[in-house]
Amino acid sequence: MPENTLKKDKPTVEEPAVAVAEAGPAPDKPRSLAADAWADLCRKPLFLLSGLLILFLLLVSAFPGLFSSTDPTAGDLSKHFLTKPELSHVFQPDWFGYDNQGRSIYARVVYGTRVSILVGVGVTVLVTVVGGLMGMLAGYFGGIWDTLLSRITDVFFGIPFILGAMVVLNAFTERTVWTVIGALAFLGWTAIARVMRGAVITARHADYVLAAKALGAGTSRILFRHILPNAIAPVIVVATIQLGVYIVAESTLSYLGLGLGTNEVSWGGDIDTASDHIRNAPHILFFPAGMLSITVLAFIMLGDAVREALDPKLR
Amino acid sequence: MGRYVARRLLQMIPVFIGTTLLIFLMVNVLPGDPVAALWGDKPPDPAQMAIIRKDLGLDLPLWQQYLNYLGGLLQGDFGTTIAGNRPVLDQMTDAFPVSIRLGLMAFTFELVLGLFFGVLAGVKRGKVIDTGVTVFTLMVISIPVFVLGLVSQQVFGTQLGWVSPNVKDSMDMAQLVLPAIVLGSLSLAYVARLTRTSIAENARADYMRTAVAKGLPQRRIVSMHLLRNSLIPVVTYLGTDIGALMAGAVVTEGIFNVQGVGQLLFEALARREGSIIVGIVTVFVLIYLLANLLVDLLYAVLDPRIRYA
Repeated sequence: MPENTLKKDKPTVEEPAVAVAEAGPAPDKPRSLAADAWADLCRKPLFLLSGLLILFLLLVSAFPGLFSSTDPTAGDLSKHFLTKPELSHVFQPDWFGYDNQGRSIYARVVYGTRVSILVGVGVTVLVTVVGGLMGMLAGYFGGIWDTLLSRITDVFFGIPFILGAMVVLNAFTERTVWTVIGALAFLGWTAIARVMRGAVITARHADYVLAAKALGAGTSRILFRHILPNAIAPVIVVATIQLGVYIVAESTLSYLGLGLGTNEVSWGGDIDTASDHIRNAPHILFFPAGMLSITVLAFIMLGDAVREALDPKLR
Repeated sequence: MGRYVARRLLQMIPVFIGTTLLIFLMVNVLPGDPVAALWGDKPPDPAQMAIIRKDLGLDLPLWQQYLNYLGGLLQGDFGTTIAGNRPVLDQMTDAFPVSIRLGLMAFTFELVLGLFFGVLAGVKRGKVIDTGVTVFTLMVISIPVFVLGLVSQQVFGTQLGWVSPNVKDSMDMAQLVLPAIVLGSLSLAYVARLTRTSIAENARADYMRTAVAKGLPQRRIVSMHLLRNSLIPVVTYLGTDIGALMAGAVVTEGIFNVQGVGQLLFEALARREGSIIVGIVTVFVLIYLLANLLVDLLYAVLDPRIRYA
């Protein structure tokens, strides 16, 4: 629905782009693509909604203690075994009920945010740096470099993502957030590399690159100061959309017992616990699964909004 | 055409070798000893371990092990398991038909319904039905597949009793319907979204105006002109998705107790049976590579301007 409300104040895609170009707010000073996109984004309810949601999630993951004063690992089996939620007790430890070990589900949902956000952001940053560099080198230097790096990308791309991560993580007995981030990044950088390569190839022969070369700019200056700013837009779009995918991947792996250890608080691990008690206590599945879905939704909506703002076809 | 296919098949060889090498290294270089795992928690007997290693060729240097494996693969030999000394191929021929059947059912489901919803939303862009499809696809994408599986197993299996919660006979198509729907749901949402965008983009094309001006019926305009021209991005997605579906089956099979590749892989991971893991991923990679070739050939069918000499 939010996407649709968007379309209403933007009836056809081509018209507003022309309107912006003609009646831009600062006619004397041309805006950069980034500034243009930012101004565009700020007018979108979809972006504002998902942005606020993500800021909130970042806050929760940075300071979980602000939202729940209960210890997520402390359980009282005798008192709280699978107690149903008391939704009227807003923000109390029993708000979302208790799980099979008498631990507060509310506290666990709050503390579990950190793992998901950390994995999502961590993998995205790693993947963008590694994949981006690979793509830039392949796209800019071409020839044998391109052939070699593209084939390596193909090889990694051919391995199913979750399956490969399962194989890698299975080898580690002590798994932390960083192991999971490393395994996902090891297999996930290919999408960014392909997009970056394509973007760099289109930018490589542009006149401004030739001009920079004629002025005697070095390779790294051309790559990072001239080509990168002009090739980064599609990479940002893919990275934003992929962020949600990495969060799902982490929770899937934790659910399968191949992600984080059982002593770490994570939504995927809690869903795994809940799957054994789903019949008589569906609430212990509902809250972690609901938070997981909302988080993924927020990043997907952000990705959609960013794509609409940055896609040159829609401008 | 024939030469193009031959060239593509030749280009697959280095990628195939690279991928098998990568997965082989991932299984063998990372910590964990499958032979020691045979003894469970008990301390392994070094003399017996050496004998088993020698029998299976695990005492050779890694590069030689890989070459042996690749040589066997070319003759259709996927190696033998460490525990029980069974041919890996036998175990895979038991498991793969189930997973392929599940994957194909999911694929049909996502293709038919995904295209249907996508065309509907794209043609009626901005209308209520478009909003409905958009909201529905966003919801499906944000709910992880394993949550969807657990919930639908509980709702349709245990509470409503429409299907049995656990699949008893993995070769029975009727029992695989719910797992297939769960497996295909995520891709269905992506297909619908892609089709919608593509249809909406092409709806403004000149040939569409021509078709309307010629007075063609709406049905023919949409199916013959609009859909055919909008299918290329969708087909591209579907090509990569066949492999993803097979891999996604690993999770779905675990939830519904389907005796397919997923279960085999889990057992192999627990026992660190490298040869089974490498074998399964190798078959997945082959499926992925062939599906991509098929997609490129389909481009030429959809768009006659694309020709392969």
